[in-house]
Amino acid sequence: MTQTSAIPGVAERPAPDATLDTSGLLCPLPVYKASLALKELTAGQVLELVTTDPGSLADIPALARQRGDTLLDFEDRSTSQIFWIEKGARS
Amino acid sequence: MTALTVVDDQAPGAEAEPKPKRIALVASKGTLDQAYPPLILATTAASLGWEAGVYFTFYGLDILHKDRLPKLKVASLANPAGPIQLPNLLGAMPGATAAATKVMHKWMKDAAMPEVPEFIDMAKGLGVRFFACSTTMGVMGVKEEDLIDGCEIAGAAAFLDFASEAEVQLFI
Repeated sequence: MTQTSAIPGVAERPAPDATLDTSGLLCPLPVYKASLALKELTAGQVLELVTTDPGSLADIPALARQRGDTLLDFEDRSTSQIFWIEKGARS
Repeated sequence: MTALTVVDDQAPGAEAEPKPKRIALVASKGTLDQAYPPLILATTAASLGWEAGVYFTFYGLDILHKDRLPKLKVASLANPAGPIQLPNLLGAMPGATAAATKVMHKWMKDAAMPEVPEFIDMAKGLGVRFFACSTTMGVMGVKEEDLIDGCEIAGAAAFLDFASEAEVQLFI
């Protein structure tokens, strides 16, 4: 399932059910806020997450792995990163 | 405050759920800079879906102390990595600790990092357990009513009981 993303310049990506922009925030805030956003979703729904913390490239995959979510895709835009996280059945 | 007991908060019928990971942290330092690491790690762990508990002992207990929490400071003396670089002779001057503390607050504000009390609220909101060391309370004359709400008073055995089930244990 793909559809136009809420992020300008991103065309075909997993359809997000929610978008969270954590630009300007450092660890642990992107992970903290992403976990709160994921709590609002049901299994199978997708969170589109924007980060600028360079640690996010390591942190967000770890968040998904530890929570039991699936990182569907990501895009590294040098000064920002976009992640698409599908909420898992047990997370 | 509640007695320290192992809480089974799994919903009925959820027996098949895998046991969550657990982190047990010791916060032994009572300076502003050293209040952050245990709270950041506990908040992160809870965000990952782990159980998290922090044992506040010795100077670390200041982080749970209602009156001392808003006044945590950064040492200007014997702190070569601190926010203001001073020879120890000058670091001992009146006002040097206040200046270092002010700089740290500014760093955090400019980086959009929450202050320590806000981190405490974030951690509590995620269910992080705060254990107040009972020996420290006795030694330093800290009363239960001196502590912020939601702390569990515990001795070493009770904390180790919690920590024995933790995959990650860190002393800070």
